[in-house]
Amino acid sequence: MVSNNKAAKVIMNLVLILLSAMCVIPLLILLMSSITEEKTLIQYGYGLIPRKISFDAYTYIFRSGNTVLHSYLMTIIVTSVGTVTNLVITVMFAYALSRKQMWGRNVLAFYLFFTMIFNGGLVPTYIMWTQTFHIRDTIWALIVPGLLLSPFNVILTRTFITTNVPEEIIESARIDGAHEMKTLLFVVVPLSKPIIATIGLMSGLAYWNNWTNGLYYLVRRTDLFTIQTVLNTMLKNAEFLKSEAAQTGIVLEMEVPSSGIRMAIACVALIPILIIYPFIQKAFVRGIVIGGVKG
Amino acid sequence: MNKKSQIKRKIKKSIPFYLMSLPAVVYLFINNYLPMFGLVIAFKKIDYSLGILKSPWNGLNNFSYLFKTRDAWLIVRNTVGYNIIFITVGLIVSVTVAILLSEITQKFLQQTYQTCILIPYLLSIVMVSYLVFAFLGTESGILNKFRESIGLNKISWYSTPKYWPFILVLVNTWKGFGYTSIVYFATIMGIDKSLYEAAAVDGATGWKQIRHITLPCLKPTIITLSLLAIGGMFHSDFGLFYQVPMNSGLLQDVTNTIDTYVYRGLVELFDPGRSSAAGFLQSILGFIMVLSANALTRRLEKDLALF
Repeated sequence: MVSNNKAAKVIMNLVLILLSAMCVIPLLILLMSSITEEKTLIQYGYGLIPRKISFDAYTYIFRSGNTVLHSYLMTIIVTSVGTVTNLVITVMFAYALSRKQMWGRNVLAFYLFFTMIFNGGLVPTYIMWTQTFHIRDTIWALIVPGLLLSPFNVILTRTFITTNVPEEIIESARIDGAHEMKTLLFVVVPLSKPIIATIGLMSGLAYWNNWTNGLYYLVRRTDLFTIQTVLNTMLKNAEFLKSEAAQTGIVLEMEVPSSGIRMAIACVALIPILIIYPFIQKAFVRGIVIGGVKG
Repeated sequence: MNKKSQIKRKIKKSIPFYLMSLPAVVYLFINNYLPMFGLVIAFKKIDYSLGILKSPWNGLNNFSYLFKTRDAWLIVRNTVGYNIIFITVGLIVSVTVAILLSEITQKFLQQTYQTCILIPYLLSIVMVSYLVFAFLGTESGILNKFRESIGLNKISWYSTPKYWPFILVLVNTWKGFGYTSIVYFATIMGIDKSLYEAAAVDGATGWKQIRHITLPCLKPTIITLSLLAIGGMFHSDFGLFYQVPMNSGLLQDVTNTIDTYVYRGLVELFDPGRSSAAGFLQSILGFIMVLSANALTRRLEKDLALF
């Protein structure tokens, strides 16, 4: 504790309170706008305190047969399938990389590492997925490109296994005749729960928040849209309609779809993240500590 | 036993591990390595019906096409320029916040501040653009409503380029500083407390302790994070530059980066030639940047180099 000066402490707390407020208030505005009546929202603009509360936006969203509800379901499916697959691939690879007796371990480690420092970029990636693998307008487009394995998470997991799972335990499992898959499942995985939770949450967040795969690869199949893609498209359409209106001189009376509904959809997309937020926070800090930043 | 049969035995023993690595190896090959080979597309005339391999060679035409426009200079300037500002501002803000956090003695407050500042990091950039729109929307945005209420004119934010360098720096810092602050904070928490006690006995307080203990202890973390950021100098957050300014054409002088340029050429304008040339340069320059940043670190602080 560097300073004992009372005035300094007060100033430090004030600065941190200000910064915290800057991070939280925009979200509160989002939340409040979603429960503000549309007319007041247009008249008075977004704000922290709703002048007239209305849950119309939410009733609209949760009406059956609505695209928003459908896209929400898509997000849940994509996130769970993607995250589980990601975890399986990551943990198996990380465990193999942590084994000194694997011949050619360094070659594989370099094979992994090189992908972190060099990449082909969007053009070849896009052409490959669309022309070679014909992934456009399929559900695979949301799960496979880019998100199925994070090299950084593999390194994080490997580091955790080498430092936290005692060699003797793995050895004794082997002496007892367990084959490698069994050792991984019943010895290593239970001891690696913290790191598995961490990378699981990171990967889950990446899937939940991903909107680029939808943007790149979903052209016609709007039924495959995830909530992020829906949000993205709505923002685009609203802007498009407005600029059209500006060019043709027509005055739009209401933004389409209404801003309240858009804010409500954004809130619905945000809620799961906020619910598991305490876990995410813990997981991130754990990742930072394990990785020692460097990974 | 000769060497060959020894290797054979080792390989045989490693087979279970190879099988475990297989899914990852295959995925990395497809997702990461194939596009690397696909970079040759920059020297070809892209014909989607023929694919990457069969498209006819085109020499350097894509590149000369790219450099004929003024876009080439613009997108490199924007990408690198913004990155330099992002890295500098981010570093100053994060280190400052980390030090402030470490000075808070009440655990509860410390925890609460951390919880708050990490939130923006978890939002998708689409959601961030919704928040930005709530502030900058011309009709019902908070800033314009405020200007109206004090008798000022409305500003059409999404069509006035001069504000955007500030907006983008602000948004980027807002989104990222929580995470990096916590990284630095974790490092500070790991500093041996007796160093501070000894310094206090010697009469060093406040700024002196920060300058002579905290900052030197943070140096390795600062170097590592900056190394990573400098390695990404030619890459930009596509969403930040495309989505947050709402893909507004009027703002492109200050919002067009290599990533948005490549995307627009490829998907929106059906003009993949220039995109492939720009993307090729991005990959190669990015790689050179990583290697040089690493070499620089090697000279500064050998242990911190990535490889």
